[in-house]
Amino acid sequence: MIAGMPRSRTLKLAAIAAAAGVFSGLFGVGGGTVLVPLFILWLGYEEREATGTSLAAIVVIAGAAVLVQLAYGNVHVRDGLLVGVPAVGGVVAGTWLQQRVPRRQLQVLFALLLLASAGKLVAG
Amino acid sequence: MILGAIAIGFVAGMIAGLFGVGGGVVFVPGLVILLGLNQVDAEATSLLAIVPVAIVGAHRQSGYGNLRLRDGLAVGALAVPFAALGVVIVNVVPERAIELAFAALIVYVAIGLLRANPTDRPTSRARVR
Repeated sequence: MIAGMPRSRTLKLAAIAAAAGVFSGLFGVGGGTVLVPLFILWLGYEEREATGTSLAAIVVIAGAAVLVQLAYGNVHVRDGLLVGVPAVGGVVAGTWLQQRVPRRQLQVLFALLLLASAGKLVAG
Repeated sequence: MILGAIAIGFVAGMIAGLFGVGGGVVFVPGLVILLGLNQVDAEATSLLAIVPVAIVGAHRQSGYGNLRLRDGLAVGALAVPFAALGVVIVNVVPERAIELAFAALIVYVAIGLLRANPTDRPTSRARVR
């Protein structure tokens, strides 16, 4: 149990953590796809709060998962830096934009990018 | 390829900041398609790239007043054994199965985005600086 927190809330956090953790390890993602909607639906978070808090959880989740992957010898450090370093600039731009713009067009663009990637992955 | 990887990295970071995710749904296909990694290595490498992105993103959101650090760290800490379990599973399951499941995941995410509430606007709660 987490000190000073009601039991039901602790259980909800634990359930969210379990789902996001398995997701992260299985798919090499942070788990935000699970975290953000559950923070909103189960804990009553406002949307931006959910995205901000999700990122903090992801630091720990992805940090733990990458250590295990390092032990398996699957991490390509140079390639990780090649995409990860520019992504740090991207996340600053993304959080800045999030405070200012309606996201509908961005959502549609992102969705199309994902659908194209899925097609390419399935085609092999 | 190098320029493409840098561009895909920047896009992944923007997605992370906008949607509160790690950016893995962009990193993984980017690493497979542009840099030729296999699915499991791409996932492992994506996790490495996610860490600095999430640190900087969480810090920025903290500045905007959108971070509940206690809940975030509690969820993160509770998730650690489950994340380790996921990694162990992905290293024993046939790679093609993971590849297809990942493709299904990003299609699911894309459909969620297309169906999302179209009236979203910046709210008065956003502390724009």
